[in-house]
Amino acid sequence: MKLRTLTLGLLSASTLAFAAHAESITIATVNNGDMVRMQTLTDDFTAKNPDIQLQWVTLEENVLRERVTTDIATKGGQYDVMTIGTYEVPIWAKQSWLLPLDKLGDDYDVKDIIPAIAGGLSVDGKLYAAPFYGESSFIMYRKDLMEKAGLTMPDAPTWDFVKQAAEKMTDRANGVNGVCLRGKAGWGENMAFLTAMSNSFGARWFDENWKPQFDQPEWKNTLQFYVDLMKANGPEGASSNGFNENLALFQQGKCGMWIDATVAASFVSDPKNSTVADKVGYALAPDNGLGKRGNWLWAWSLAIPAGTQKADAAQKFVAWATSKDYLELVASKEGWANVPPGTRSSLYANSEYQKAAPFAKMTLDSINAADPTHPTVKPVPYVGVQFVAIPEFQGLGTTVGQLFSAALAGQTSVDDALKQAQDAATATMTEGGYIQ
Amino acid sequence: MARAVSTQHKTIATAAAWIVALLIFFPILYTIITSFKSEQEAIQGFNLFPSGTTESYTAVEAQSGYFKFFLNSVFLSVGSTILALLVAIPAAWSMAFSPGKWTKDILMWMLSTKMMPAVAVLFPIYLIFRDTGLLDSRIGLMVMLMLINLPIVVWMLYTYFREIPGEILEAARMDGASLWNEIVYVLTPMAVPGIASTMLLNIILAWNEAFWTIRLTTTEAAPLTAFISSFSSPQGLFWAKLSAASTLAIAPILIMGWFSQKQLVRGLTFGAVK
Repeated sequence: MKLRTLTLGLLSASTLAFAAHAESITIATVNNGDMVRMQTLTDDFTAKNPDIQLQWVTLEENVLRERVTTDIATKGGQYDVMTIGTYEVPIWAKQSWLLPLDKLGDDYDVKDIIPAIAGGLSVDGKLYAAPFYGESSFIMYRKDLMEKAGLTMPDAPTWDFVKQAAEKMTDRANGVNGVCLRGKAGWGENMAFLTAMSNSFGARWFDENWKPQFDQPEWKNTLQFYVDLMKANGPEGASSNGFNENLALFQQGKCGMWIDATVAASFVSDPKNSTVADKVGYALAPDNGLGKRGNWLWAWSLAIPAGTQKADAAQKFVAWATSKDYLELVASKEGWANVPPGTRSSLYANSEYQKAAPFAKMTLDSINAADPTHPTVKPVPYVGVQFVAIPEFQGLGTTVGQLFSAALAGQTSVDDALKQAQDAATATMTEGGYIQ
Repeated sequence: MARAVSTQHKTIATAAAWIVALLIFFPILYTIITSFKSEQEAIQGFNLFPSGTTESYTAVEAQSGYFKFFLNSVFLSVGSTILALLVAIPAAWSMAFSPGKWTKDILMWMLSTKMMPAVAVLFPIYLIFRDTGLLDSRIGLMVMLMLINLPIVVWMLYTYFREIPGEILEAARMDGASLWNEIVYVLTPMAVPGIASTMLLNIILAWNEAFWTIRLTTTEAAPLTAFISSFSSPQGLFWAKLSAASTLAIAPILIMGWFSQKQLVRGLTFGAVK
């Protein structure tokens, strides 16, 4: 009896000693499908790294952005790994808020990361965040409705074709809208779409001297085309629709076309949630023959704040979560269709993935068609396809987003919205010292 | 005839009360209904009859342990309320029974702190918490919640105390009661309904506080507000799961509210009719 008590005591003590030795890292992330899946697969990581424990903090995107910005700016040290996007990485890296990822291991194969994505996450040739999943935007369309309209969607359509198809597909008596596009105000909502769209119209946010360009004809053409297209063929109340609202409409069969994130392809083609799963076709985002398409580039990425005390453990985790092995782990547990897309070239060369994900080629082509350093037709002084990677953009983008959303809702005219956008942008850039 | 009109009025008033109550409660009811739908059902427009699946609850529990968040919520709401009462009872006593020249101004000033948006002081508070090592600590958050609800607690108690005749306290003093005995044995028992309702209201306010509880916590001290927030997604429709998480988060406080509604109403109407 005494021996048993002693053994039990020793065992508990050794467990406690082990637990005390194990290093705990805190990871801040968003509640997106791929991120949630990663949390269920971490046993693989802890089995390989028994001395590292993982603590998760999952937050809504805007709250996460605010939380991690507060923490990193004040060096609060609450997080060891942060999930951030391509907008934050160049700005934060320049502020020395992030650690360069140079200890990802010999077998990590950095060169396998899709160049367009790696470029958006690097500053001066150094990688500051590892992509967990990457996305561009493309057209998802209903093959049955397109056929009924007597049209064939080309792989690389023009905006004129999209307009023509939308007009023919719209059947409001049966609840079908020709096209569903983002209208909800926000720099990451309607402005992500409209900025990418404006690139294909030859517009730009600023000229080489940071002078706002909303008073130029390219922006007028973009916004007028968008408002006219949506008023004639878009869903009711489109000015409050974001990604999720349009996803719900498309899944219920209420949209002929939807231009949005490539990651949506796995949702709309999932028969468990989508009523049109077997009728969806994909095409590149439209262009206007100017050499730039209206698609964006984004990657939810894992970065390590400079204030962490556990940089080595954090790098090990980042390397595990963004490795080729992780993709294979997801494939073995949940199938190739559920592998996080858009990060590694080798995934797109994998025949099993191509078979399981019919949207694979189009996703890769879309990602490759985006160039963050030369986003539009004319030269620009900034980096970013659907955003401008300067700290002022979050506030300014949302202000302009509200003006354009109001134009879509019919509360203001296109000309007024553009004039106010020009004034707001000029004021912000003057205040920020970009223009004298 | 007069009787008939009165009955008719009563019926109309009852019906109106039911309609208003249902309107107010409906968002919560629909959240509960949605939590028993599949994700596909949840996005298919308005429907009051769910299939009754509990898959969202299973998924929510599997994704993040509810119990830890729940315990933090209980600790923070009850703890901050007790702390607030300890400070507010003496404060309200002095303002009600021994008012000075500036009492009214102090009361107004206290209330004015509630008029400032919380985000305005996010950075100073965050820095104080960082420097004192209180980030993600239950004690730090408890003090924070106590401070933000203190004006309301003082105001409510002050209003209740003012209804108690000062002569009773004077009588106690004449019988030789010390200040401490006067507050503990005379004032507090007489103000129990008021204190109880203040306590209940403060627990509800602290339970639902979602600005500081999300921003000052990460893993250890995170309460149910952080739990709900983790199910909101910008890319993906998880409405059934979000509803299940919300239902789980509001259920304890809702049940507590039902059980204590008599005290709550009695306390809130205390002194309304003389």
